[in-house]
Amino acid sequence: MSAVRAAPRADALAALSAIRPPFSVVAERERLAAFETDAWIQRREMPMAVAIPDTGEQVQEAVRALARLAVPVVTRGAGTGLSGGATPVSEGIVLAMTRMRRIVGIDAQARLATVEPGVPNAQVTSAAEPAGLHFAPDPSSQVISSIGGNIAENAGGVHCLKYGLTVHNVTGLRAVDGEGDLLEVGGEALDSPGYDLLALLVGSEGTLGVVTQATLRLLPRPQATETLLAAFGSVKAGAEAVGAIIGAGVIPAGLEMMDRVVIDACERYMALGLPKAEALLLVEVDGGAEEAAEARAAVERILVACGATEIRIAKDDAERANLWKSRKGAFAALATVLPDYYTMDGSIPRRALPEVLDRVYELGREYGMVIGNVFHAGDGNIHPCIFYDSAKAGELERSEELGGRILELCIEHGGTITGEHGVGLEKIKQMCLQFRVAEIAAFHGVKAAFDPAGILNPGKAVPTLKRCAEWGGMHVRGGRVPRPDIPRF
Amino acid sequence: MADDFIKDLCARVKDHAARKAPIAIRGGGTKDFYGAPAAGEPLAMAGYAGIVAYEPRELVLVVKAGTRLEEVEAALAAEGQMLAFEPPRFGSAATIGGTVACNLSGPRRPYAGAARDFVLGARIVNGRGEDLSFGGRVIKNVAGYDVSRLMAGALGTLGVLTELAFKVLPKPPAEATLAFEMDEAPMIETVNRWAGQPLPLSATAWEAGVLRVRLAGAASAVSAARAKLGGTEVADGAAYWEDLREHRLPFFAAGRPLWRLSVAQTAAPIAAGHPQLVEWGGGLRWACGDLAVPRARELAAGARGHATLFRNGDRAAGVFHPLAPALAKIHRRLKDAFDPAGILNPGRMDNF
Repeated sequence: MSAVRAAPRADALAALSAIRPPFSVVAERERLAAFETDAWIQRREMPMAVAIPDTGEQVQEAVRALARLAVPVVTRGAGTGLSGGATPVSEGIVLAMTRMRRIVGIDAQARLATVEPGVPNAQVTSAAEPAGLHFAPDPSSQVISSIGGNIAENAGGVHCLKYGLTVHNVTGLRAVDGEGDLLEVGGEALDSPGYDLLALLVGSEGTLGVVTQATLRLLPRPQATETLLAAFGSVKAGAEAVGAIIGAGVIPAGLEMMDRVVIDACERYMALGLPKAEALLLVEVDGGAEEAAEARAAVERILVACGATEIRIAKDDAERANLWKSRKGAFAALATVLPDYYTMDGSIPRRALPEVLDRVYELGREYGMVIGNVFHAGDGNIHPCIFYDSAKAGELERSEELGGRILELCIEHGGTITGEHGVGLEKIKQMCLQFRVAEIAAFHGVKAAFDPAGILNPGKAVPTLKRCAEWGGMHVRGGRVPRPDIPRF
Repeated sequence: MADDFIKDLCARVKDHAARKAPIAIRGGGTKDFYGAPAAGEPLAMAGYAGIVAYEPRELVLVVKAGTRLEEVEAALAAEGQMLAFEPPRFGSAATIGGTVACNLSGPRRPYAGAARDFVLGARIVNGRGEDLSFGGRVIKNVAGYDVSRLMAGALGTLGVLTELAFKVLPKPPAEATLAFEMDEAPMIETVNRWAGQPLPLSATAWEAGVLRVRLAGAASAVSAARAKLGGTEVADGAAYWEDLREHRLPFFAAGRPLWRLSVAQTAAPIAAGHPQLVEWGGGLRWACGDLAVPRARELAAGARGHATLFRNGDRAAGVFHPLAPALAKIHRRLKDAFDPAGILNPGRMDNF
C-alpha cells in the first residue's frame, strides 16, 4: 500500500468524463455529502467526486484512468457497511455501484444466479423464489445491502452455521484489479485451476478489486422450517443450551440470542409480549417435514433440560414471523435506549460465550455505559451494542475505547476482531494486535499482487506496518500481549 | 517439542532460500502422482503429527499438518463427526496437510463443500522461513485476507502447511444408495433437477448407463426421499462410494491417462471418445484414455470448465489448465510474495 500522490481533481474528472459511453459523475459539494460515510458514522470524509457507472466496461475504463493518475478508488455499494469500508478518501473517487443492479440471469437448472454488484441481496432470493431456490447469506441489512458489498465484506447473517458465509456461496466473480485488468475468477464449475483467488477477493473490502459481476450459488428452499423461542434465567444458561444443541448433532439453520437489555428495548418498541427473561434463544431447524419435526422435538427436550423457563413454538409462518420479529427488529428497537449506539462484531469459540459476555457487562459497568447483546450464538459471533449519547462530550470516544477493549477480549479468548462486519477503518488498530508483523507484511504482499500502486480503498482492512509500530504500545497491557499462551490462529 | 520443529523448519527454509535450493514438501507421499513432477530436497512433514485441539461441541478441529488423514477421521468418528468434504486418501499414509494442499474432495463435495470451504485457519512457514498464522478457530472470521483458504489447492507452492483448523460436522445418522438405469444426457438433467429440490442428496455417480445416488441425513428424511425418487436400493452402497472416493473402482484401474474435467454441472455430455465416470451432480467428469492435451482443454472449456491430467500420461506437457494472462499475472506475484526465492515445490503447479 504505497503512498499515493493524487493528481489534481480536474484531471480525474476530465479522465472520467472522457469515457464513452458517458456515465454519471457527481462533483457538486452538496450532492457529495450523501457519500461522506457508510453506516459507520464515526468518521466522515468528502470525496473528490462520485462516479456512478452503468456497466462493467465503464468500471474497467474508470479504474484504468484513475490508476494512471494515481487517484484512489473507494468502491461503494448500498453504504450499509458497519466498519467504514466505504468511507471516502478526500483525494479519491467514490465508485458507486448503485446503477449496476441488473440480475443478468437465474439458471434454475444449474442453481446459479448471475448478477451485477449493485443488486440488493434480498432481490436475488426474490428472483430465485419461483424456482424454489434462495441465496443463503442474509445479513440483517439484506433488503438494502448490495451483493457487491456482501462480497467485499464476506457477509454472514443468521443462517451461516448451516448454509455458510458469502465465500461459500459465490462460485465466480468478474473483478477489475488495481491496474484496470479484468479478472475472471471461478465460474460455473465447482473449482478452478490455480490459486483460490475467489477466497482472496471475497472479504477483501474493496482493496483487491472492484467486482463487476458475480455468479452466486442458489440453494433449494427447505421443505419445512420449525422455530422455537426459549427463555432463560441467565445468559449463561442460554449459552449452555447452544452448546448442548450442537453437541447433540443438530445443526440449526439459525441460533440467535438476545439479552435483557435487548428484550426490554424490543418490548418497549414493538410490544411483542416476549417472555420475561434474562436471555432469549431463538432456534430454527429445517429440512424435510419429518426431519424438521424430529429436530424440533430434540431441541425442545434439550431446552427443557437446560432449564428454559418458557418455550414458544411457531405453529405456522405467521407465528414464525412473529417470533423472528424481536430478533429482526432488535437493532431498530435499540435506538430507543439512548440516542446512539455502537455495534461491535467479534467472534469467539462458542464455549467462551458465558465468560466473555460476563466480562463485557463488567467492562460496561467500568465505563458506566449500558451494553446490550444480540448475537449469532451458533457461530460464536457476538454483537455487543454500546449505548451512548453523542450530544455529551467525550461519550463517542469512550464508546470507541470500550469497543476496542471488547475486541481485545475476543482475541484473548482465541477469537477474532471481526466475524462479519469487516475491518474497514474501524478495527484497523486491532489488526495490529491480532496479527504479527510478518503476517501483516504477507497481507501487503497479497494486496500488491492485485493492486501494486495501492489505489483501491487505501487505508482500509490492513494497517501499514508503520501504523502498527506507532500503535503497538497501546494494546500491550502490563508489558505483554494478553494471553500469549493462546495460539491466536 | 512442537515449537522446536517449527523453529528448525523456519531455519531450514531460510537456508534453502539463501541458497535458492528447492524443497519438495512431502506428507505421506500418496499424491506424488498429482501435479507436475516435484523437484528438490525432500522435506518430511509426516512426523509433525497430532491433534492440537478438538472439541466436538465447537465443531472445530485443529491438527498438525503431518497427521494422518485416517487418524483425523477416526478421532472425528469417535464423536460422531466427520470432515464433510470426504477427502480421498489414496493410501493410508495420506496426511491432512497433503489433503489440503491438493484441495481434494470426495463424492460429497457438491452437496457439502470442498476442502477449502472447511478450512478455518492455517499456520504456515512461507518461503522466507517465517512462521505465520492466518484465519482462526472460529466459524466466522473476516479479519485479514483469507490466506488460509488460499493455501487449499496451492500444492505447497506458497507455504509449508504446519497446522490447520477445520469446521467439522456431525455424521448423518442414516444413508441409502439408490440405482437407476439412465443414459448420460437424461442423467445430467435429473441430478441437477433433484439438486434444486429439498432432498438429502450426498453424492451422485454415473457410469456405464447406471446412476447411483446417495442419500444421507435424518432417517426420516432419507426414507421420505427414497420413496420419492424410486430406483433400486443398492445393498453395499457404502462400499461403492468408498471405492469411488479412493479410485478403486474398475473404471480407474487401467493405468491409462486419467483426465479430470471439472465443468458446469449442467453441461451436456462430453464427447471425449473414452469411457467416462460422472460424479458431483454432473460437475466432475472423469475420462480414462489418451487425449491430446489441447483436445482435453478444448472439451473442458466447451463445457465451461477446466481439464487436469489427474493421473498417468505425459505430465511434462503441463498438468493444469492454463490461466488467462490477467490471472497468471496475479499468480506470479502471489508466488513471489510468499516465496521470493522460488524454493517451495517449484513447478509442482506447472509454472508456480
